[in-house]
Amino acid sequence: MTAATDLDRPASMPAFQEISPGRRFKNQLATVLVGLAFLAALAPLVWLLVTVLVKGLKYVFSLDWWQKSLAGLTPRQFGGGVYHAIIGTLIEGLVCAVIAVPIAIMVAVYLVEYGKGSRLARAVTFTVDILSGVPSIVAALFVYALWVTTFGLPRSAFAVALALVLLMIPVVVRTTEELLKIVPDELREAAYALGVPKWKTIVKIVIPTALSGIVTGISLAIARVMGETAPVLVLVGYNPFINNDPFEGNMASLPLLMTNERLTTTAAGEARVWGAAVTLILIITVFNLLGSLISRLTSLKTK
Amino acid sequence: MAKRIDVKDLNLFYGKFHAVDGVSLAVPPRNVTAFIGPSGCGKSTVLRSLNRMHEVIPGARAEGKVLLDGEDIYASTVDPVSVRRTIGMVFQRPNPFPTMSIKDNVVAGLRLAGERDKKKLEEVAERALRGANLWAEVKDRLNRPGGGLSGGQQQRLCIARAIAVRPDVLLMDEPCSALDPISTLAIEDLIQELKKDFTIVIVTHNMQQAARVSDQTAFFNLAGVGQPGRLVELDDTEKIFSNPTQKATEDYISGRFG
Repeated sequence: MTAATDLDRPASMPAFQEISPGRRFKNQLATVLVGLAFLAALAPLVWLLVTVLVKGLKYVFSLDWWQKSLAGLTPRQFGGGVYHAIIGTLIEGLVCAVIAVPIAIMVAVYLVEYGKGSRLARAVTFTVDILSGVPSIVAALFVYALWVTTFGLPRSAFAVALALVLLMIPVVVRTTEELLKIVPDELREAAYALGVPKWKTIVKIVIPTALSGIVTGISLAIARVMGETAPVLVLVGYNPFINNDPFEGNMASLPLLMTNERLTTTAAGEARVWGAAVTLILIITVFNLLGSLISRLTSLKTK
Repeated sequence: MAKRIDVKDLNLFYGKFHAVDGVSLAVPPRNVTAFIGPSGCGKSTVLRSLNRMHEVIPGARAEGKVLLDGEDIYASTVDPVSVRRTIGMVFQRPNPFPTMSIKDNVVAGLRLAGERDKKKLEEVAERALRGANLWAEVKDRLNRPGGGLSGGQQQRLCIARAIAVRPDVLLMDEPCSALDPISTLAIEDLIQELKKDFTIVIVTHNMQQAARVSDQTAFFNLAGVGQPGRLVELDDTEKIFSNPTQKATEDYISGRFG
């Protein structure tokens, strides 16, 4: 035994242990389970997207698809386009947004800035919760009962937009409410201390601070309602012509075109269904991208 | 123009909780008054009641009188918004508006009050930033966001924003507690300069700071947890820190409690 080996030997046993085999096994098992759950969630989404793109993408590459309607074409005839349905989807979605967004933002402002904890605010929150659980077919039938049966007005794209409003308001109220809540009270107090009235503080300080998130929420909500099918089935008739008037006559939309053409069972009809599906996904993607672009432009910067 | 403040028998409540009991004090114009005392003694609450910020908290209310040059700011006919326009406030944590540039932050008060004249706003921005000793550091980046400044600069930006609306009184609620010693020194120097034009009331946890910056000091204390805070004594800062009348004050400043 030499002095050198004495120095090489540790003075005491190490205080830390290795990971036990049991824990190592549990860790690996959990990793595998989480990975599998992720794949199980992702697989149907990828599958759906690939199927739709494979079957439908080839139809949307022609200019006619985006510029022409199906007017004058028989169910067996290829050709034409879905411009009439695109314009219908956009009109219904945007009319809905124009009505729903101001109402929803004002409700959220009331809940966060004025009502806080009051009985009315609790009732409103409860109603919004219920509304967000209402199936779209119920919203559609409600508007039918009100608009067509009670008021005696014709079925129209505007009636569709009204049903979509019922579906959109709770979504936008919820996101706006959450975003207004995370605006720090210090900013409100800073504005009050400058002698800024409450309403102006909300309009000029609180909402701009939360704007980027609100815009994202709105664009997601618009994308969602544009894919709704029940209201267009109940509240407006299909029409292969271009109709730009939301108050008058039948108007096509992409979901309506798909349900309509699905019944034709011809090769041309099938092509239109898959093409319309791709088109709808593309439009919704564009709306989401627009939303995140606007939200990036309005987001808070520190540099 | 600096104005004097007289508080008469002020009681402050949060809902049912009696937070501050019977405070009466006088703050002369062009003078720095420091509020010191242990946590929960109501000094910040009293400060916030001086420009009616207290009542912003749900359930909070005030009883008693706060006179600004003889005019009661709690009179039923008085608009709290106009009170806050006259009595500005700087908060514990710097809170510049995150959506606005440095310049827009400074002129926010005027612009939101409806001032549109660009040239005037530019002038006010420069004057307020010079007044807050920040002009030299930010003059080349006035259009950058206020959130990009350091903590000390942000606090001076908030002071600039508060003095840009030309208040008569400036209330400061622990303005240096989130800042490092160098930024604190910058703010303390600034307080000495602002004193020439404004009446200043400052809440601080730092007794050395109270001794350094203030002309008179008010010591607040509370009898126990759940009891209302009250004003123990108010006197010249020198007297409070050398020869206070009350035993509690002496115990507090000599570090025997609190």
